[in-house]
Order: sequence, then structure tokens, then C-alpha cells
Amino acid sequence: MSPENEQHSPAGLNYDETKLTLGLPGSGSKRVFSETATTVDLNLGSSCSSSTTTVDDEVKTQKPTAKAQVVGWPPVRGSRRNLMKSCKYVKVAVDGAPYLRKMDLEMCKSYQQLLGALEDLFSFLTIRKDMNERKLMDLANGVEYVPTYEDRDGDWMLVGDVPWNMFVESCKRLRLMKSSEAIGLAPRTPPKCTSSS
Amino acid sequence: MGDDPSSSSQMSEDDDDRSPPLDPSSSNKARNCSSGSGCDYIIPYPDQVLENVLENVLCFLTARQDRNAASLVCKSWYRAEALTRSGLFIGNCYAVSPRRATARFTRVRAVSIKGKPRFADFNLMPPNWGAHFRPWVSAMAKAYPWLEKVYLKRMSVTDDDLALLAESFPGFKELLLVCCDGFGTSGLAVVASKCRQLKVLDLIESEVLDDDVDWICCFPESLTCLESLIFDCVECHINFEALERLVMRSPLLKKLRLNRHVSIGQLHRLMVRAPQLTHLGTGSFSTLEGNPQGDQELDYVSAFAACKSLVCLSGFREILPDQLPAIYPVCANLTNLNFSYANITAEQLIPVIRHCHKLQIFWVLDSVCDEGLKAVAATCKELRELRVFPVNAREDTEGPVSEVGLQAISEGCRKLQSILYFCQRMTNAAVIAMSKNCPDLVVFRLCIMGRHRPDHATGESMDEGFGAIVMNCKKLTRLAVSGLLTDQAFSYIGQFGKLVRTLSVAFAGDSDMGLKYLLEGCPKLQKLEIRDSPFGDSALRSGLHHYYNMRFLWMSSCLLTREGCQDVAQALPRLVVEVMKSDEEEETGEYVDILYLYRSLEGQRDDIPKFVDIL
Repeated sequence: MSPENEQHSPAGLNYDETKLTLGLPGSGSKRVFSETATTVDLNLGSSCSSSTTTVDDEVKTQKPTAKAQVVGWPPVRGSRRNLMKSCKYVKVAVDGAPYLRKMDLEMCKSYQQLLGALEDLFSFLTIRKDMNERKLMDLANGVEYVPTYEDRDGDWMLVGDVPWNMFVESCKRLRLMKSSEAIGLAPRTPPKCTSSS
Repeated sequence: MGDDPSSSSQMSEDDDDRSPPLDPSSSNKARNCSSGSGCDYIIPYPDQVLENVLENVLCFLTARQDRNAASLVCKSWYRAEALTRSGLFIGNCYAVSPRRATARFTRVRAVSIKGKPRFADFNLMPPNWGAHFRPWVSAMAKAYPWLEKVYLKRMSVTDDDLALLAESFPGFKELLLVCCDGFGTSGLAVVASKCRQLKVLDLIESEVLDDDVDWICCFPESLTCLESLIFDCVECHINFEALERLVMRSPLLKKLRLNRHVSIGQLHRLMVRAPQLTHLGTGSFSTLEGNPQGDQELDYVSAFAACKSLVCLSGFREILPDQLPAIYPVCANLTNLNFSYANITAEQLIPVIRHCHKLQIFWVLDSVCDEGLKAVAATCKELRELRVFPVNAREDTEGPVSEVGLQAISEGCRKLQSILYFCQRMTNAAVIAMSKNCPDLVVFRLCIMGRHRPDHATGESMDEGFGAIVMNCKKLTRLAVSGLLTDQAFSYIGQFGKLVRTLSVAFAGDSDMGLKYLLEGCPKLQKLEIRDSPFGDSALRSGLHHYYNMRFLWMSSCLLTREGCQDVAQALPRLVVEVMKSDEEEETGEYVDILYLYRSLEGQRDDIPKFVDIL
């Protein structure tokens, strides 16, 4: 590995960084760490257990230049990792709005707070209570917006079905869909979305 | 290795393994006075007098290395020392059995036991490996009724163990659990309620299960003996009213470290009750859901000003930086400040640190940037220990601290003895500067978080920097290396690291030579932990002459084969050679996942989990 190759590309990584070839002189054996089952996604306080499915998710959803992370590196204890307020900035798109916004999901602790944050982010949106549900609406023209998100698998999901922490972990980006377009989606059962979990 | 390690030195580190020579004159029998005067009183052998004298003198020997040396002089000294040793230190819970330890040392009041190797903290070892407290507490319950103090590090402790402890030792005074797990609030409740003489309950970086038991309520209703109550690592909610009452009836309380579920308003109430505190962990230092308005109106400055004896401050788990000025009154007296959970900027740190002239120990997050570290260097001339932890423990290209901060610290804090520094980039020049500016360094742990990262300015390896550290820091006993390192770095360490006892290596080296340099060069090496480095069987064999003198060797994700490990196991019968799979599901590959070897008087332990093989 020449020193020049060690400099990082603007996108962040090069393969020399991620590949570790270990071999005794003369032996052909190599060990490439990005492929071992012990690589694990260490984001957002998820428990550091190794599993091959996690590795697959990592490979699928991250850009090709993303670094494979390694168990127990850097050597920081779990108690320090978990307590750190990591930022989870995700893009937020609203149908019909000309540009996207970004918000930090870690700032919210619940779906309720998420709606509030979205209301703050887009001035034309208001939260309206409709029976037991809280909906985001553009009161000026009576359009209701349904929050959806893209998960790690690349699927678009309705916000509110899973526990909050699970949602934060799996959410890649948000999209507020006009409810007129969300025809295929089953109506939410109110408790899930309005719960503070 | 022909020496028989079945001697006293197995109890602790730093000792040669030699049996005590037999002393033919050390018979303990008295003899009758057989002079002509017809007296029949018994004159003790001179040795017995000596032994009595010895017992009285040996009480003053406290350092275990001194005691071990004394025990090796002769059998008489061995016995006297065993009778007078009141503090038992077990560096590896599997090196000696509870039965053997309690048989030799019969009058012990304080016990320290260490279990799992350090890399277990970073999830490198599968769970349930061992290090159970149970056999120890069972043996001690019978052998040491007067036990007063237990210190455990990286042990598995259950609630039942704690219950047994609480019931077995009427005079029990101090419990310190560091990096332990397996117990919960139920266990704490039993200790609180049954250990009526309890002075110290310190839970440090331990995982405590939330059993929904209100353990704070379980302390005796009368005045308590509590001097130290540390539970900042406990993630459970606590009954604050009970805590406040407890503090009020604990007049001797000097150390109190709260967990993050205590709000700043609640902190205020406690501080007002306990202005005599010397060590304070502030809890969240934030308004939690509850009474945010009220909390913000309280006079924190006065509360801190009233704590005239405060020398150690920590906590700040969810800090409201605006409240930081409240601590100004105590800064000038602080010797120990722990901001390692406080995500604060340089701007927020500087007004605080400016006052901390007496600071000796400082832990901080890299959020303060090089700027913040410069401020530390400018003020904290008495600094002995610095730890800089990363806010984001990832391998990114950019990071807030760098060689600039390290250089500044080296120039400002000349008395530095211990440093732990996480960064994304570093230069040899800064490390070399530190090696020259801080000759008193005993602990140097540099973690360049990007694996194999070279000198950021020159593109060279970090060999020269670490080389300078071992060359210039003549007192160095603990070293952790990182960045791009060739075998040359290890050559330096082997050549100059003559006092190095603890060494941590990760993603470093080119070949077997690297490890050979270490094992052949560092005579004091006790604890060696290596991960993801290209060292193989040949290198492992080169340490055969030394493994009996070590506490342990850990090697994970290296190039060791099972056969290579087997060779070592066969060559050294008193060594326990454990080979582990990091993932049970995985097929065993060509190389061993984890090797963990350690000397032991007991042979194979009887509590191995499925993923461990003892060769």
C-alpha cells in the first residue's frame, strides 16, 4: 500500500482501506475483513452481535464506497457508545414542495414529537386532530399528508407501525405523501401512531 | 520451561516462578530447656521467635509484590506472610482456585478478583465465557467470615451471589463492581438491606439489570455508614425521594455519583443536603421531563459554592451547556474533572477549564476539538492523566482532534503520566514531541481510529512515533498502538520497552517478526492483547520461554492455526490454552478466531461454554 493510496477520496473511502490482506510470506491465503461474518453495523446503539443478515443489509443499502465496520473497533465501551447522542439526519421530501429538508431523527423521542418536528420544518403544515389520530395537513387547501419512510431494504413504509426505536434505526429518508395518492395503504389503527413509544 | 510454577507467585503478577527453598532449620517445634538447672519451661526455637516478630513486621508490608518476595525467603516466612496477608489480589480468577487461595491465606479481609480479558469489553468475546463470582463467594463465605471488602473487575455476578455475600459477612463494608454484569437491582437491594456496616457501594461501568426493584429504599432506616455511593452506570430509574432521605441520613457520605435519571433540579436538592461531598457525579445535569421551568430557576452557583471540599466532578450525562457556569465556584479546587459524557464545544469548555489550575485528571470528549485541548494545555499545568474519547466512534476521515491537540498538550502539560487519545489522524512529529516533552509518561494509549492510517503529513508509517515513545519515556509500563505500523515498530518496542507490562496491538505489523520482537524483547510483559494482525504459529512459539511469566496472552483474528496453539499447550503443561470461535454459527476456518492463554495452577476450568475449546 503506497502512502498516496491511503489518502481518502472525496467520497470517503477507497478499497485499500477496507481490505486487509493477511498472509504469511509465500502463502496465498488472504483474509478480507469486509467479508467476514463479524462485520457489523455499529450505528445507533444497535447491539453489537454479529449476523450475516446485517452484513447483507449493509452491503445493499450503503453506497459502494462505504466502509465495512468491524466488531469492537474503535475500542470504545458500549456504555459510551450508547449514551452518545448520535445524529441521524434524514432527508424529508414533501410531495409538491420544490426542495427537500433534512432533520435529525435523534431529536425526537416519539412519533408524536416527529409530527411536531415536521410541522415546524414545513410552515404550511399543521397538525390536526382527527378523532384519535393526529394528521399533518395543509389547511390552506385541505390536503392531508401521510408520512412514509424508506427503510433499509429500500421499501416505502407507513410511519407508525413499529416501535419508535426500531423506526429510527431503519429509516433512511422520509416522504410526506399526499393522502390522495396513498390509496393502497390500509388505514392506520389509531393507537399505534398516537402512542408515545 | 522446567520451573515448577506451583509456588506463591501464581497469586499475582511480576514474580518469577520459583519454589521457596526448603529451610531445614525452620521446624516449629519448641524444645525443652535441658540445662542442669532443672527448669522445664519451653524455650521456643529462635525461628519461632523470629516468626512472631515477622508477623508483627509483615503487617506493614502492603504491596503485594513485596509480600510475594517475602514469602519466597523460606518456609517460615512463607507461613508468616500467609497469616498476615489481609488483602488478597487475584489477577486472573482462573489462575488459582478459590479453595487453594483460601487454604493458603486464612485471615483475609479484602479481596480483589479480575475475570475476563479487556477485549471482552468490546464484544470480541462471545457472552457467557465465564469468570463467575459464585465459586469465589461460596469459598469465601466459609473461609473469611470477617471479610470486609470485595473488588471485582469483569466478573459475572448474579443476584444470588450478592445475596450470599450479604448474608455471609456481618462486617462487610465495601463492594466495588467494575465492568461486571449478571446482576440487577434485586441484588443491590439485598446488599443495601443486609450489609449494615456498608461504607462503599461503587458500581462502575457495570451492566445492571432493571428488575423494577427499588433498591435505594432498602438501605437501613437509621443513620448509615455510607461514605461512597456510585451508581452512574445504572440505567434504571431510581426513587429520588428515597435517595434524598438516604443522603440526609448518611452524614459520612463523601462520594456520590448519580445516574442520568437524576435531573439537575434533583441534583440541587441533594447538594444542599450534602455540602460535605468530595466527589460528585452530577447525573444528567439537565432538566428531564418533570419540572423544566422550576429547575432552571434554582441557584446552582450557590449549591456548588457550598461544596467547599469538592475535588472530583463527573456526570453531565445530558448536559445543558447553559448551566455549566454553575460549576465555576469549585473549579479552582478540582483535581479530577470528567466531561467524557458531555458533548460540549471548545467555546463551552474554555471558560470552565480556565479556572482549573489544580486539575490532575481530565476526561473529555473530542467535541472540544484541538481548540479545547489547547486551552487545557494552557491552564492545567499539574495534569497527570488525560483521556480524550470520541463522540462518534467511527472510522471517518475527519475528526475534531488531531496531532495539533496532542502537540499542545505535550507542550503545556509536562507532568503528564497517562494519556488515552482517540483521533482520526496523527503525525509522528506530534508523538515524538510528546515523548520528549513528557518524560514521566507511564501510560501511552493512542487510538488512531482509521485502521492502518499512516502519518497524516508524511504518509509514512507511525513506527517512528511509537519508537520515540518507548525510547524516551523510560518509565513506560502500558502502551497501546495504532495506525499504520510495520514490524519495525515492534522492533523498537522490543528493544526499548523494558518496563512495558501491558501492550495492546490492533491491525498492525507485517509478519511473525513483529510478535517475535515483542516476546523476545520485553521481559516485563504481563498482558498482551492482539487483534487482526498477521502473526502466526512461528511467532507464537517464540514466546514459550515467557508465557509462564505472563498474566495472559490474547490473540484474535490473527494467523494462528489450531495445531500451532496445540504445540504451545503441549510444551507448557501449566498453561491453559483456550481457543474460541467468535461466532458459533460459523464454520471453523483455517485460522483460530480467538486464542486466550494464561498460566494456571488448576489446569482446565470446569465451567467452559460450548464455544471454548481447551487444548
